[in-house]
Amino acid sequence: MINTVCPIEQSCVLTTAILLPVLAAAALMLINRERHTTIKWIALAASIGNLIAVVPLFTNFDKTSARMQFVEQYRWIEAWHINYCVGVDGISVLFVLLSAIIATLCVLVSWNSVKDKVKEFYIAILFIEGAMIGVFAALDMFLFYMFWEAMLIPMYLLIGVWGGPNRLYAAVKFFLYTLTGSVLMLLGVVAIYIVTGTFDMVRLMNTQLPFNLQMLLFWAFFAAFAVKVPMFPVHTWLPDAHTEAPAAGSVILAAILIKMGAYGFLRFSLPMFPDASQAMAPAMVVLSVIAIIYGGIICLSQKDLKRLIAYSSVSHMGFVTLGIFSLNMQGMEGGILQMINHGVITGALFLCVGMVYERSHTREIADYGGLASVMPIFSAFFMVFTFASIGLPGTNGFVGEFLIILGGFTANKTAGILAATGVIIGAVYMLCLYQQVFYTGVNEKIAGLCDITLREIVTLLPLLILVFWIGFYPGAFTGFMDATVASLLVKLKGGEMHALNTLIQAVVR
Amino acid sequence: MDIRYYILIPLLPLLAFVLNIVLGKALIKRHAHVVATAAVAVSLILSVRAFIEASSGAVINQDLYTWIASGQFKVSAGFLVDQLTAIMLIVVTSVSFLVHVYSIGYMHGDDGYPRFFSFLSLFTFSMLMLVMSNNFLQLYFGWEAVGLCSYFLIGFWYEKKSAADAAKKAFIVNRFGDFGFGLGVILIFLNFGSLHYADVFKNLGVIASATVMICGSEVSLPTLIALLLFCGAVGKSAQLPLHVWLPDAMEGPTPVSALIHAATMVTAGVFLVARANPIFTLSPVAMNVVAITGGLTAIFAATIALVQNDIKRVVAYSTVSQLGYMFVACGVGAFSAGIFHLYTHAFFKACLFLCAGSVMHAMGGELDVQKMGGLKKFMPVTYWTMLIASLSIAGIPGLSGFFSKDEILWKALSSGSPVGKFVWIIGVVTALLTAFYSFRILFLAFHGTFRGTEEQKHHLHESPSSMTIPLVVLSVGAIVAGYAGVPHILGGHDWIAGFLGKVVGLVSVGNPEHVEGAIHSHAEGEMSHEWLAMAVSVVVAVFGVASAAFFYLKRPELPKKIATMFAPIYKLLFNKYYVDEFYGLIIVRPCYWVSENILDKVTDKMFIEGIVNGLPALVQWSGQKLRRIQTGVVLHYALVMAVGVFLLAVLVLLGTGPAK
Repeated sequence: MINTVCPIEQSCVLTTAILLPVLAAAALMLINRERHTTIKWIALAASIGNLIAVVPLFTNFDKTSARMQFVEQYRWIEAWHINYCVGVDGISVLFVLLSAIIATLCVLVSWNSVKDKVKEFYIAILFIEGAMIGVFAALDMFLFYMFWEAMLIPMYLLIGVWGGPNRLYAAVKFFLYTLTGSVLMLLGVVAIYIVTGTFDMVRLMNTQLPFNLQMLLFWAFFAAFAVKVPMFPVHTWLPDAHTEAPAAGSVILAAILIKMGAYGFLRFSLPMFPDASQAMAPAMVVLSVIAIIYGGIICLSQKDLKRLIAYSSVSHMGFVTLGIFSLNMQGMEGGILQMINHGVITGALFLCVGMVYERSHTREIADYGGLASVMPIFSAFFMVFTFASIGLPGTNGFVGEFLIILGGFTANKTAGILAATGVIIGAVYMLCLYQQVFYTGVNEKIAGLCDITLREIVTLLPLLILVFWIGFYPGAFTGFMDATVASLLVKLKGGEMHALNTLIQAVVR
Repeated sequence: MDIRYYILIPLLPLLAFVLNIVLGKALIKRHAHVVATAAVAVSLILSVRAFIEASSGAVINQDLYTWIASGQFKVSAGFLVDQLTAIMLIVVTSVSFLVHVYSIGYMHGDDGYPRFFSFLSLFTFSMLMLVMSNNFLQLYFGWEAVGLCSYFLIGFWYEKKSAADAAKKAFIVNRFGDFGFGLGVILIFLNFGSLHYADVFKNLGVIASATVMICGSEVSLPTLIALLLFCGAVGKSAQLPLHVWLPDAMEGPTPVSALIHAATMVTAGVFLVARANPIFTLSPVAMNVVAITGGLTAIFAATIALVQNDIKRVVAYSTVSQLGYMFVACGVGAFSAGIFHLYTHAFFKACLFLCAGSVMHAMGGELDVQKMGGLKKFMPVTYWTMLIASLSIAGIPGLSGFFSKDEILWKALSSGSPVGKFVWIIGVVTALLTAFYSFRILFLAFHGTFRGTEEQKHHLHESPSSMTIPLVVLSVGAIVAGYAGVPHILGGHDWIAGFLGKVVGLVSVGNPEHVEGAIHSHAEGEMSHEWLAMAVSVVVAVFGVASAAFFYLKRPELPKKIATMFAPIYKLLFNKYYVDEFYGLIIVRPCYWVSENILDKVTDKMFIEGIVNGLPALVQWSGQKLRRIQTGVVLHYALVMAVGVFLLAVLVLLGTGPAK
């Protein structure tokens, strides 16, 4: 059965974006492991090259269309109707771009901090880049699952090999946690194939599955996505993984990897199991609100820089899932935008922590103090990202949070109000963190640290620009989503009608 | 015609900020003030132009670009310059300009000189965006942005823990207010489908009689929206119960206190209520809440100010108290009187703060009035300007403060409602206290003999002219600003009420009773009441000043005696009614406790982690146990096999046995 929904207008942007870093990683394998400089420059060139390669996605994307664009399709395993099919729509296109940016910054931030097994490190980073772009571009479930799991291995190695003192525990925990979720998703994928006979995601989005099956599949996929997001109460791998991961690992985790959970909800749960999603939306909203408040309050007592930011991610991702499951335009666009925002802001915060850790070799908040006097430029950058995280108007965080609270409030007033308290808590823990690290007298443990270098400024600057760009002109980004989200909502509302019909029929019988 | 010149008003300070923050440290250095002051000076000139155009009746309302759009939600960045905005523009740019000039002298030699000026510029930009916005969301943008600048500037000397703490506290306390404000904005959008003032105020009928259910009780929608917006105002304007941040905010450099925490940012709450007056007037309940909150805050803060010794904190509590007056005015529907007081207050309060700064400058940073005394002959300009400003705030006839405060008190009394009378009584008592504490610090600091150290005495000097000139200009403002609103009974035209009438309505209470009462106020019979009310104000003001003179000039030993006689009350006031301690006990500490002992230790580490680590442990444990079966000894296997065969045989035999 050949896919007919994907228009065959071959372009090779996405395949290039997936293959270029993987090929570069393969090329690195051939290079002498002692030639660190060459390895680093090749990695940088590959990631920047990939960044240039994905520019057409930004410039040539047709914002008025809700269809898949830049689609490429090749037959792969015909016996199982498996195709290599990639493409992006308004939901995924921005994540491909973000992945390319983040990967480049990860190469830059690791420049001097990774001294051990340099070659393998950059191979892992480039491999991850290819896999994560693959996750966002895949339009075939089999392909998607392959990329999804492919992410896991290099990420596991990144934590387990280049991580902190307790890295093995964190890596195994991360691996088992996500694998448990993924196995259930795999069962779901197989079940879908058995019922429908296709792995084609675009076809499946237009296939109406029976309600009971939808419910089963919803929970099977939920297991995988909720762990990745991570939603309360399956979030406890995140603080450990973040704390132990090297800077680049934390950045990829925070900026891209945990977005895949929320992306999964948008790509699978909502369009393929619309009735189940609607039925389960209240439960998802409750879990989201718990995550927002729980994640926020628990930040108050964290003593470790990275752990605090990790818990703040739980809170912020609560906003994302709240937005998605408020099932209205503002909530969903806010949710998607907040995924980008969180990637930018928390990515930047982890970059910052990585930079300062490289100098001080401590993550204990109590070891800092007065850093603003020691590293003024660095503290200015950190300040911007802190306030973006708090959601100050003019920064990207505000636009996302406001739309989510608006959407959440429209869907469920209590949820909207409770989510808004998250904004207060966010200000408390971030400002306490900022004060303890940057203000008051200079702690002798960090006295005399040098300010960030030009390379590090270049690393942070793109994210700083994004903070204000999205903050003042979010239209440049929400414009991508409008058509896709609107059509997804039509599908959901259609699903609502269908669910109503089934209900009526059941009552009549 | 170039109608877009007004965009430059906020834009120039923004440019100055960018220049100073990027290049300040490396390139501009000691000349940072040139960039910043020039920018705000041009803004001031353009504001005057905007003001002139607004007084000729022109209103600019223009969208710049779509800021946020999603589905039906759409909000633009846009500017509205009407009469209310025009007055605010003048207040903001003129005080900001004077504070810039003053800071050249005051901040001279500080390590953060360029940083200071860049934040002043950023503040000016944010405040201008706040007052020039044409929709609620951009107002919210300016609102948060001034809060951010306030955070930066309170914590300007961040090496000091107290300064860093105060900055954090200011931001977080404001967040509590903004929580309500934000929900109010969302409710406005959900009911009007727009956040633009023009669209909202045009369609007020949509919500006029609507109600919502909250916890089983019916609440009118206008009341709910108005009160939510007022939450924001309570935070920003430091009203009860969110006033706690403002006195601590005095940790910032004094010019900042004058600009942000006296003249402009803290009045944003009053501006918000005045701007949203069509919504407030729909709800008598909300109006009464505004009036009562204002009144209680006014007297509450004034009582604290009576006993404080820190000169800046006295002025800070005085600001909280005066803001209370402005809310009283708004609450009784006299929005123009509230704005009038905002405008006169900007001059005399900025003047008081800058005088305090001048004193600190001379005293080497000393803030305790008990350690001052006799400064009059060392710093005559500071003394005279402070005297004028104190007379003005005390409400002595002929000065600005008298006109605006009297207008508020009269409007409260004449509104005819019980709430109006209640807040009038509070207002009169507060006026007495105001006169007293203002002159208390003046007398303690400038009269009598010097009580500081010899070294301080040796150092005493008048401040440089860059500091004294703004003082003089502001003190002139403290005298003449009030003549914009001379009431009819004194032969004036109450120009400002007419000017603002187009925005806030001449008689702006929706409640018909109130309207009638206000119309009556112009009748002959009410004239005598108005004279009487004015006489009361004058008497309490003079009495307040006189008693301060009696206690602190004539019988300086008395205050201490009284303090010991009423020790519990004195202690209560001196400790600001223990509000901070109370919040610490019921909010701050429980939150941290729950965070650390419940969420972190119990739910996360014990419960969830217990399960997560427990599962592999269980698998491992059962593996360990099951492993014992695999002993590797053939004899054991043979034994198990034999037993198994035996059991199977028994089963088969038993199964087939009875069937036979």
